[in-house]
Amino acid sequence: MTIKQLSVFLENKSGRLNEILHILGEADVRIIAAMVADTTEYGILRLITSDTARAYELLKANQVSAQQNDVIALSCQSTARVFAHQLGCFAQEGLSIEYMYSFSIHDKAFVILRTNDPNRVGEVARKYDLSIITEEELLRL
Amino acid sequence: MDTPYYQPEIETMKRADLEALQIKRLQNTLRIARQSPFYKARLSEAGISPDNIRTLDDLRRIPFTTKNDLRAHYPFGLVAAPMEQVVRLHSSSGTTGNPTVICHSQHDLDQWANRVARCLYMVGLRNTDVFQNTSGYGMFTGGLGFQYGAEKLGALTVPAAAGNTIRQIKFIRDFGTTSIHAIPSYVFRLYDVMRELNIDPRTDTRLTTLVIGAEPHTDAQRRKIEESLGVKAYNSFGMSEMSGPGVAFECPEQNGMHLWEDSFIMEIIDPETLEPVPDGEVGELVLTTLDREAMPLLRYRTRDLTRILPGECPCGRTHRRIDRFKGRSDDMFIVKGVNIFPMQIEKILMQFKELGTNYLITIDTINHNDEVLVEVELSDLFTDDYSQLQGLTREITRQLKDEILVTPKIKLVDKGTMPQSTGKAIRVKDLRKNK
Repeated sequence: MTIKQLSVFLENKSGRLNEILHILGEADVRIIAAMVADTTEYGILRLITSDTARAYELLKANQVSAQQNDVIALSCQSTARVFAHQLGCFAQEGLSIEYMYSFSIHDKAFVILRTNDPNRVGEVARKYDLSIITEEELLRL
Repeated sequence: MDTPYYQPEIETMKRADLEALQIKRLQNTLRIARQSPFYKARLSEAGISPDNIRTLDDLRRIPFTTKNDLRAHYPFGLVAAPMEQVVRLHSSSGTTGNPTVICHSQHDLDQWANRVARCLYMVGLRNTDVFQNTSGYGMFTGGLGFQYGAEKLGALTVPAAAGNTIRQIKFIRDFGTTSIHAIPSYVFRLYDVMRELNIDPRTDTRLTTLVIGAEPHTDAQRRKIEESLGVKAYNSFGMSEMSGPGVAFECPEQNGMHLWEDSFIMEIIDPETLEPVPDGEVGELVLTTLDREAMPLLRYRTRDLTRILPGECPCGRTHRRIDRFKGRSDDMFIVKGVNIFPMQIEKILMQFKELGTNYLITIDTINHNDEVLVEVELSDLFTDDYSQLQGLTREITRQLKDEILVTPKIKLVDKGTMPQSTGKAIRVKDLRKNK
């Protein structure tokens, strides 16, 4: 149902993002999606990788503060209309989106998102027949 | 019949009598001190003679003695007795300059041992006990200081000295050790090794009483020691300049350490103004020896911060109690007229399990305003939610403001970017000094 995401504490310091990516690059971890929002003193770097557990251990060994957590990945047509419909379903059910990021391969879009009530996401997905993709599916892309 | 006091007439002496004794001994100490080259010059310069010090308030006319004075007159400049009466010396390691040397006559050693015996008796040790001392012996006063004190009490005293934990545990078991003196971190080490050896200290040893000190620790750590080992653990304070252990010690109430006022006069001063602080407020501990003849020290600035606990102790001893130490006065800084000690900040930070143990306090003038910046390392990232990180920062700020009365700016930083907690880490950077 959910996929593993890696959240990394990111001090707002020139070169820090590069250092973190370098650590992961050394171990040949593949980055499927990444997001950093702009913040003042620190932010959170969010990553979907080919091996979250190993990436987490690597960062930990390098004294980087990180956390593994679960997020939802949806797949859909990459048109604004479809996007709007999908997010509308959550709004309809009273869920709000805390953050989301997306990427597309050919005409397929993938949306990674976190709502304010992760326990209800499955129920909403079933009700509106949204296509949730599993970690295995994501890694096969 | 067993009494709770080793020297009831001194330990429960009426305050007025105790203060009269202090004056008498202070005048005598001044007479002795004048025999040393250092105090001869220092006291005549200040116009002090034993006859014009008649009350404890007069004490404040005597100049302070500092560690620098000891270093500058290394090694024997403060010795007041003829050298043939000096029988032992102890010295600090001298990592930051000339070592400080303290000389003792036989009388001084006897009085010192007596104070340590008094402390050990106070927490229940008797001549039937087996006392194992894990202090380093040699120049460090925790070794010989406890050795002579426990022998004076009549306990079987095991000079196990520091290290070799397996052997320490063998001694504890073979000799039926009932009491140990150790620094708190070593107690935890002993416990861990006992567990590895499948020894349960609660049932497989005769341990009942631990004496801990020489290393800052919290009451929670003490309770943990007591629970793990099935013992009572008592906090102890001493310093080589004041002979060594046996300056102040907890009684069975475990609420503050009685400072032996027949042997020392204590003052608590503001380290900036050098004026006494009101009773109960934190300041620097200043001590004057009252029964040392080889090398008396007058108004010695210990640099240790503590406060006098107000009120009488239910144990019946009249010697006042000092609180756990709050840090060193050298580390104190002043912001907006408030004295702030890094320990106050550390105490708050350590309560947050989301934070690591390393931090740095920077004070700077920004737009004519003094500001305190506290950078602290995050432990593992505990959330994926940015607002929770901000919430954490707000809560730290709120608790710090309650403690230090100034609103600091909190910055969460990556692990491994702050000075490490081991050794003498620099915790405070005062950039105002460069402006």
